Parts: sequence; C-alpha cells; structure tokens
Amino acid sequence: MGFSLKGVGLTHANGFRALRDVDLRVACGERVALVGASGAGKTTLLRVLAAALRPDTGRLSLLGTDPWDASPATLRRLRARIGLVHQAPPIPPRQRVVTAVLAGRLGQWPLWKSLASLLYPLDPEGARHQLARLDLGERLYERCDRLSGGQLQRVALARVLYQQPDLFLADEPVSAMDPALSELTVALLNEEASRRGVTLVASLHAVDLALRHFPRVIGVKEGQVLFDLPAGQVREAQLRELYAAEGSVPMAGLAVLPDAGQPAAAAPPPLRCA
Amino acid sequence: MRAGISPAGVFGLVLLAAAAAGSFAFLEMPLGALFTGSAAREAVAFVGRFIPPETDPAFLAKVGWAALETLAISLLSTLLAVLGGVTLALPAAGRQGPLARQAARFVLNLLRSVPELVWATLMVLAAGLGPFAGTLALALHTTGVLGRLFAEALENTPRAPAQAVTGLGAGPLAAFLYAVLPLVAPQWLAYALYRWEMNIRMAAILGFVGAGGLGALLYYSLSLFHEAEASTVILAMLAMAIAVDGASAWLRQRMAG
Amino acid sequence: MSAVPRDPAALPRLGWTLAALVLLWPLLRLADFEPVRLLDEGNLRAMGHFIRGFLPMETSHDFMALLGKAMVETLAMATAGIALSLLLAVPLGLAMTRGLSVSRIGPGRRAWIGTLVRALVRALLAVLRGVPELVWALLFVRVFGLGASAGVLALGITYGGMLGKVYGEILESTDGRTARGLLEAGSGRVAALFYGLLPHAGGELVSYTVYRWECAVRASVVMGFVGAGGLGQLMDQSMKMLNGGEAASILLTFLLLVLAADGLSEFLRRRLA
Repeated sequence: MGFSLKGVGLTHANGFRALRDVDLRVACGERVALVGASGAGKTTLLRVLAAALRPDTGRLSLLGTDPWDASPATLRRLRARIGLVHQAPPIPPRQRVVTAVLAGRLGQWPLWKSLASLLYPLDPEGARHQLARLDLGERLYERCDRLSGGQLQRVALARVLYQQPDLFLADEPVSAMDPALSELTVALLNEEASRRGVTLVASLHAVDLALRHFPRVIGVKEGQVLFDLPAGQVREAQLRELYAAEGSVPMAGLAVLPDAGQPAAAAPPPLRCA
Repeated sequence: MRAGISPAGVFGLVLLAAAAAGSFAFLEMPLGALFTGSAAREAVAFVGRFIPPETDPAFLAKVGWAALETLAISLLSTLLAVLGGVTLALPAAGRQGPLARQAARFVLNLLRSVPELVWATLMVLAAGLGPFAGTLALALHTTGVLGRLFAEALENTPRAPAQAVTGLGAGPLAAFLYAVLPLVAPQWLAYALYRWEMNIRMAAILGFVGAGGLGALLYYSLSLFHEAEASTVILAMLAMAIAVDGASAWLRQRMAG
Repeated sequence: MSAVPRDPAALPRLGWTLAALVLLWPLLRLADFEPVRLLDEGNLRAMGHFIRGFLPMETSHDFMALLGKAMVETLAMATAGIALSLLLAVPLGLAMTRGLSVSRIGPGRRAWIGTLVRALVRALLAVLRGVPELVWALLFVRVFGLGASAGVLALGITYGGMLGKVYGEILESTDGRTARGLLEAGSGRVAALFYGLLPHAGGELVSYTVYRWECAVRASVVMGFVGAGGLGQLMDQSMKMLNGGEAASILLTFLLLVLAADGLSEFLRRRLA
C-alpha cells in the first residue's frame, strides 16, 4: 500500500477551495510527477500526503494508516516515515548545514540524541554522505545563510534523503536550480526511490522534466485531477488545457541528458511501503 | 511648508504646562527658593563635601568587593530572568492554547508592574537581608519584562520551519530547539543584554532596602555623613555601568556576526 | 571518500561552556545564592505571617485618604519631574544637534568651538543619566530634607540626561536638508528648528517624552524608599511594621497606577503614530 485518497476535499482558512473530491491510488514503489499551473492545488495535495494538513472531507490512507484517525504517537511515527521537501526550504538561516540535514532524523531519534546532536553533531558522516551526492559535501559546517537559493534547496533535499522516508514527497524541489542541475537532481530523486523501493511523488513546474523522468504523470487543475496517465500517453492538447490559465506550457528546455538519468537496472529491491 | 507646531500640538503644550504647574502647586515645591543665592551657596558647600573621593585602601577594597557583589547580582538575576522569561514566553505567545496564553500574560504583567525595589523589600522578608534577596527581586521583575519581549519576538517568527520539523515526526521540544530557537535567539539575546545594562544600575541601588551590593555601602556612608566615601561609591557605580555597557555592546556585535 | 572533517565549532563551544561554568561558581558565591534560605523556618514564618495579613486589605477611611493623597503625589512628582527635565533636555539636546550648527555650513573658522561644546554637553548628559535617579534622590534628601521635592529634582536631573541624549539623537537622524537650506539662506537657528526639523521629528520627540513620563511614574512609585515622598514612603512604613493589610492595599494601588500609566502612554503614542 502506497497511499490512497477517496473523495478528499480541502478548503483553506481564507475560504479558498484548494482540493475538491480527489480520488487517487498510488501503489508502493511508484514514482509519480504532479504537474499543473501555480495555484492548482499541488502544494496542498502534497501537504495532505505528508499528514501536515487535515482534509475536510474524504478518506485518506498513508502507508496503510489513516493519520487523522490515529493516536498522536502513531501520527508521529507515521510522519517520521514520510519525508516532504518544501518548495521554500524552511530552514533557520543561522543554522549550520550539518544540523539542518541531521534534523531529518528527529522523528526517529530519541529526545536525548536530538538534544545532544544540537551541541555536537552526532552523525556528520551521514550528513556529509547525502550532501556529497548533491555536490555540497564541502559546505558541511557552513551556516545556511551563506548559501545561495539553489544550494539551500539542495540542503533541504539532503535532509529528506538523510531521513530515508518510506514515502518521499517533493514540492518543486528544483525551482531555484539551473536546467542542468535540475535534470541531475530529479534523476537522483528517481534513482534513490527505485534503489530503496519507496514511493516518490514530486510536483514539478517544468513539464518536460516530469515526462522524461517519471513513469506516471498526474495533471492537477483547480483542485481536481485532470488526467492521470503513464508518461508516454500524455498528449499535448491535455497539457495545453492544463496550463490554459498561464498561456504556455512551462519547459525546462532539454539539458544534456546525464548518464545518471536512467535508474540502475539492478534486481528490483524489496518494497518498503507496506 | 508646515510650521513645527500644529493646533493640536499647541493644545497639548498648554495641557502639559497646566499639568506641570498643577503638580508643582500640589507638591508645594518652593521652586523660587531653589534659585536664590543662599540655596546656591548651600548646594556648592554640599557638593564640596564630596571632593575629593575617599581613597583609603581598606575602603577601596570594600568598594571593590561590593562592586563584585553587584556584578554577580546583575548577572545571575538576568540569567534567571532569561530562564523564567523563556518558560513564560512560550505559553504567552499562544503556543499552548488561548487559556494558557491569558494566564501567562497575566503573570508576566504582574511581575513587570511591581518595581524592582518593591520586589526587593518583599524578598528581603522572604530570604533575609543580603544579595540573594536582591538577585531574586531583580530576577522577578526582569522575568516579567523579558517574558513579554520574548513572547512578542516568538509571535513575529515564521512558523514554517517548526511545522516542517514536526512534519518529520519530531516532538515539540526538539521542534522548538531545531526550528524556533535559532530564529529568535539573536533577538532574545539582544533583549537580555539590554536588560543586563539596566540591571547593573538597579543592582547598585537595591542595597538601599538591604538587598546587598554597592547600594548598602552608599546608604551607610550617607547616613553617617561620610560624603567622601559616598562619592567613591557613586564613582564605582558609574564605572560599573559604563563597563557593562561596553561589554554588552561588544557581545552584541560578536553575536550579530 | 576522505574522512569527515571534525566539527570546527566543537572546541570553541567546549571552551566557552567551561569558561561559563567556571565563572558561574564565584557568581553564585558572591550573590549568596542559597535557595534553601527561602525554606528557612524563620523566613517562612515571617513571610507567611505577612502574607496572611494581606487579607482583609486595609480599607479604613483614614488610610484610604492617605493612600489617595500619596497616589496623587506620585503622579504629580512624575509630571513635575518630567517638566523640570525638559528645562534641561531641550537646550542641551539642541546644543548637541549638528544639523543646527551654523559654523558647520560656512568655512567656519571657529568650528572647533562648536565641536568642543557638543562634546562637553555629551559628557554632561552622560553623567546626569549615569547616576540612577534613586541615588540623586538620596543625595537631595540630605539637602532639601524628606519630601517630594528631592524626588522631583532627582527625576528632573536623570531624565533630563536621558531625554537630552535621545532628543539629540532623534534630531540628528532626521532628514536635515530643509534645516540646512534654511541656515544657508541665512535664517536663525530657532527658525531652522521650527520650520526645518520639528515638522519631521515632532511626533517621535513627543512620543518618546510620553514614554519617559510612563517610566517616571514607575520611578516615582519607589522614590519614597529613600524618603522622597509618594506611595513608596507609605509602602516603606507598612513594610517596616510588617502590616500586611496596608501593604496589600498599597501594592494593588501600585499595580493600578502603573497599568493606568502604561495604558495612557500607549494610547497617546498610538494617537501620535
């Protein structure tokens, strides 16, 4: 079981209806891209999947658990298994990169370990390993306010990579990166998800990135699922309808496809989302 | 071009003048007598008794000891107030529901509204004469002040980082330390240092009511009409205040980097 | 992969922590920090007896009349003190303002006189406000005897120093171009002040003065502890006699007065903003 939504609707406190009657089933180990104009409800959907927002209507099951029907302890354990990369990295500017990354395991660590690590980082090795995958290994002990927007976004990503969640969510994780880096990073996400056998859902602004890297693409418009297709079956007319409000379909432009773009064709790993 | 004073301003000035005149009349202050020749002569003679300051080594040692005591009172009370202030600021910023918020605000207002010296008279009763009473008194009042300032800083802090960390399954304490404290710490620290500057001045006079430090020495000296000694103590107070201002400015600059 | 570098902040952190701990011990000794003393039997009995005396609060007619008079006296002391401090602060604050300096615009031959005067004024203000108002009050009580006069003078001097400094700073940070233009056109300092600086800085100046008045009310409340009249004097007497009922009434009056001054000051400042 990856996750499933049935008739999920959500109205924000300001009265904006962000989601209406969303039905969605994603199996364990699937990799899904969310596309759609800004304001379509992608962020809200991802935050519902992260058990950070409670829907007003409908039924929700994440990794086999209904988060809003569970005890607080169960909810915390569930959240520790879900990782969300936020679009604007919510990291305190004065925090050091190592601390920001190690925070990924706060849900799994006992309290004493969280507190001790704040004074003396307990797993710099692990943090550096994830940062190095994103080409940031050298910035381990720097303060986050010394980084550029794109670098900060990669720190936020390293945090969730370090968390090793069973449900990997990413909200426009490459919006502050240049096309070549975006390509590499999206490929890395896919590689990580297939290697560990976990479910990946990422919203992307650039449609071509989504089509190139994800087997399944979901178009979201005005809080509803407009289409839900294998990447090869998405037609241009559907994309034009999806972005009717914006006038054109956003593209990253084809960067040189890196070798790492294709997941390693090893034996399929055991699925981790049951 | 608009002139400096509007009609409302004129009205305000008249009101102020009336209030001031009324106050002087109520207090029956012989303002005129202050500016007569004999008053001036008396004042000059009085000031003259303070010069030169006492420099007897034994007395200087006493002043030095009292100055250290004053420094200890100001530092410890500020430290305690930071702890108390943080404890009360969290509920006062509405993080534990509206009921806790009202209760915490009430306590903070109560602590803040009672002046340090009044707390000191009460603490002298509760803890006996001496610097401990002064430390408690300053800590209580400063907790009220800092708690309110800390709560305001908390309320103006973005919530996204803390929400992100609770979204990872972290508990409230871990979320606070990882995602709230780094955001508010610089401002909290600046407030604490600023209160330390105030507290060194207050710690110097708490001795008037028996709560230790330089104030006790000044009070005795003046009671015994040893003006030269009093003048040494006052100079020590000035020096302490200036030194703490400098230390506080230096720390603030270091922390801002 | 090379080994992970050691946390460069670890050693300094350890050093600072140790230094703080080493410093804390003498501080605790110096301040006689013994929380156990709060539980000392004698202290507990004294405090318990005193607090039990809080109820019923003293409300006899005579005492209320005394309390009312002390309250008015406290307010009058604060107001008179601020009025007196203005006599000091306005001229000294203006003297400190470089924006009103005539010698600075021309090829002033005697510009150094202005600089010297400003430095002297700055030092004088620092001394005035560097000595706490309660110390001034204690001194003035020796000269003028017990009573509110000493309190008013003490407030006037300390707050004169504070207001003078802040007035100078506000006027300095105000956009000085209008005033400079006026001075260059040959107008006098007073005209430059009223037409050049006050329209920009007036609100802030008044707002700060109102805030200081609020502080003065708080300060007047305790002036009585050194014999300078007002509510503090009543409090001092009640505390010395360990009369809980009277102390409770006075404390409540304190609170109301401070909260009222708080509220009035905030109202006035919001109107000005």
